[in-house]
Amino acid sequence: MKKSVFLGTLAASALMAGFASAGTLDDVKARGELICGSNTGLTGFGAPDANNNWTGFDVDLCRAIGAAVLGDPSKVKFVPTTGETRFTALASGEVDLLVRNSTWTYSRDTDLKLDFVGVNYYDGQGFMVKKDLGILSAKELDGATVCIQTGTTTELNLADFFKSNNISYTPVTVADDAEAQRQYMAGACDAFTTDASGLAATRATLPDPDSHIILPEIISKEPLGPVVRHGDNQWGDVVRWTLNALLTAEEKGVTKANAEEMASSSTDPEVRRLLGVEGDMGAMTGLDKDAFKRAIMANGNYGEIFAANIGESTPIGLARGLNELWTNGGLQYSPPFR
Amino acid sequence: MATPTPTFVRTEMLGPQEPPISQSGAVKWLRENLFSTPLNSLLTLLGLAFAYLVLRTVVPWAWNGVWSASSLGECRQIIAETLGPDSHAACWAVIGERWQQFIFGFYPLDLYWRPVLAFGLLFCALGPILYFGQSGNNLRIVGASGLLTLGALLGVRHFVAKANPPSDAILSDNPMVLVIAVVIFALLGVVAKLRPQKLVWFSILYPLIGFYLLWGGSVWAPIGTLVGFVILALVWYGLQRQVGVVVAGGAGLVTAAVWWIWVQSAVTDKLNNAIPLGLLYERSDQFGGFLLAFVIGVAAISASLPIGILLALGRRSDMFLIKTLSVGFIEFVRGVPLITMLFVASLLLQYFLPPQTNFDLILRVIILVTLFSAAYIAEVIRGGLAALPRGQYEAADALGLDYWQAQRLIIMPQALKISIPGIVSSFIGLFKDTTLVALVGLADPLQGITKIVRADINWKGIYWEPYLFVGLIFFAVCFSMSRYSMYLERKLKRDHR
Repeated sequence: MKKSVFLGTLAASALMAGFASAGTLDDVKARGELICGSNTGLTGFGAPDANNNWTGFDVDLCRAIGAAVLGDPSKVKFVPTTGETRFTALASGEVDLLVRNSTWTYSRDTDLKLDFVGVNYYDGQGFMVKKDLGILSAKELDGATVCIQTGTTTELNLADFFKSNNISYTPVTVADDAEAQRQYMAGACDAFTTDASGLAATRATLPDPDSHIILPEIISKEPLGPVVRHGDNQWGDVVRWTLNALLTAEEKGVTKANAEEMASSSTDPEVRRLLGVEGDMGAMTGLDKDAFKRAIMANGNYGEIFAANIGESTPIGLARGLNELWTNGGLQYSPPFR
Repeated sequence: MATPTPTFVRTEMLGPQEPPISQSGAVKWLRENLFSTPLNSLLTLLGLAFAYLVLRTVVPWAWNGVWSASSLGECRQIIAETLGPDSHAACWAVIGERWQQFIFGFYPLDLYWRPVLAFGLLFCALGPILYFGQSGNNLRIVGASGLLTLGALLGVRHFVAKANPPSDAILSDNPMVLVIAVVIFALLGVVAKLRPQKLVWFSILYPLIGFYLLWGGSVWAPIGTLVGFVILALVWYGLQRQVGVVVAGGAGLVTAAVWWIWVQSAVTDKLNNAIPLGLLYERSDQFGGFLLAFVIGVAAISASLPIGILLALGRRSDMFLIKTLSVGFIEFVRGVPLITMLFVASLLLQYFLPPQTNFDLILRVIILVTLFSAAYIAEVIRGGLAALPRGQYEAADALGLDYWQAQRLIIMPQALKISIPGIVSSFIGLFKDTTLVALVGLADPLQGITKIVRADINWKGIYWEPYLFVGLIFFAVCFSMSRYSMYLERKLKRDHR
């Protein structure tokens, strides 16, 4: 049985090998489905809910890309990838792109032959402590025990931070977020450090959130963004400009609800270009002219996606902070649609 | 002269007396087993104190657990209200809310009847293998699994109807499913009653039935695969007299492979166009939880035993090429950690296959886990072969049996009997190792599903409850395997030691 399926698949693959891949965009169109490498479960960013539907901040970006390329945000298949398998899965063609909280670093962008095409969330490493410790700054953590996940960049950041401030700490290594939370609650460590977005989610679910504070220091830069394979520039453009379209939409006030109406009524030339009424922006990346309008209408613009999944009205309650638009003092800045 | 009468002569027998209190019943047992020496007494007391300390916190924690809540916060609130602030108790509600993901993964809700039916039929297929030819046992298995499956089908139907708005529940509301299930189990029951030996044919067909129920798709695909096996069997049977078992087997395999690779898809496509018949196709990325663990575990266990037997025989063969290949395979696979194999399955194979092939990840994992397990089984069985006295081989030769007859009638029955404990512990290990697939991003029950449940903001921070739930199910399965192996050992015991 197994053998037959194996052989059958080999046969099928031999047939399909005839249509050698021209580029990811063509492959996705031919397949009729976008395969998005996602997290194995990260609160607010990407996980299947009780009804098996994937939801989250990263998931919505994938759906927007699916809507832009295939015209249907539901034609996205999410493949969970772990921290170890994610980049190999992308490089081997198992997934079309990765949107799973991967930090844009020099070596990943160059040595791993990947392309980070943008930043959909600016994160950074922070600390959470119990309020009754009376600490208001991470620099007062001298001699503290710190819960830290092993084998991550956060571990290195932590060492750097304490070394450069000339203070000491005792690490309590944990395997994952859940264990860290348990150790921290049990009092095994004074402080818990991870990405600030994760800290906020953890704090929100503690029995008594008000007795814990997240310290103001952010000790690292963690720009998280979608990743594609190196060398497939057309596909990189599609992903990059779908993200930019969501940002521009927020900047110009185009929302999921009013996109259709804006397309017919707006006089702003950039909005008209974005929504495919004027010019032929979609065709330049191999899409049709309504592509970005569909992307916006899938789950709304960047601000709407943020608010729905991780924003202040959700239990996670993240402030926009660095992820505010540049017009509001943040870092999210889309190049013009021109 | 009067004979002196004895002052006292007992004229009747004394009845047996109760043994002294210290030499019977619980007291004796305690004295002998727990308090035989001062050191033992001390250790017993220490052990009891330790057990008390552990149970004192665990039992109330589990017993006072909250069973219905929609989030961890609500659980904590209920606990604080009923038990007072700062008290701890389990939040079993997470199991109540998410059990379907722990069991079925992401399988579509209204198709739950398919894995349920496949699981029920699995026991009917195991029956003839575990209790070959025993009418009573098989009938009991078919009856019990039939009743439980019907119960589960009704339960699942009820659950789906509750979870879905009525318009969505199309397939599950189809009472045909229940009727079909009743008919299948009734047929199996009749066969088990009248011709228990024939039931083994169902076991042989089960891999196809189970695969088809879980994956679905066109009904012609598994039938086409089956035709391939029939071709293999016919070629083998037709040629074995002329050219010998091995060559005939090879020829059969080649013919069947030709059918599978070049002919089957064309024929099944034609048939499918002519008579489109089938179930909805489900991709295996929707498998998860115990469904995934059982699919990988059962497939790998049932496939690795025959492969392992062949490898063990190959390793003891006199033919240089076969021996070298077997030794090379076994040593290579045993020298590589399972996790490496899983990474190969999930990532490296993709490099070797033509671009844009979509070779089902779970099948890749099953194949590599099977190969991994086969290498271990081969060594366990080789141990059994080595334990047989030389005389058994010579006796087989003296009877004029050829190699395969000797293996089938004399060597293997004894060698396998010796190897039972080792084989079963390999299988238990394999079943537990299925949780390692979490490392390649598959949703195993222990890590994968638990992580997904915790990613829900409602359940973030829950720790022990999912682990305990999953651990309990694993224990139940592994414990039954171990009990069955003990039964088998007793049943096959032929010596008089």
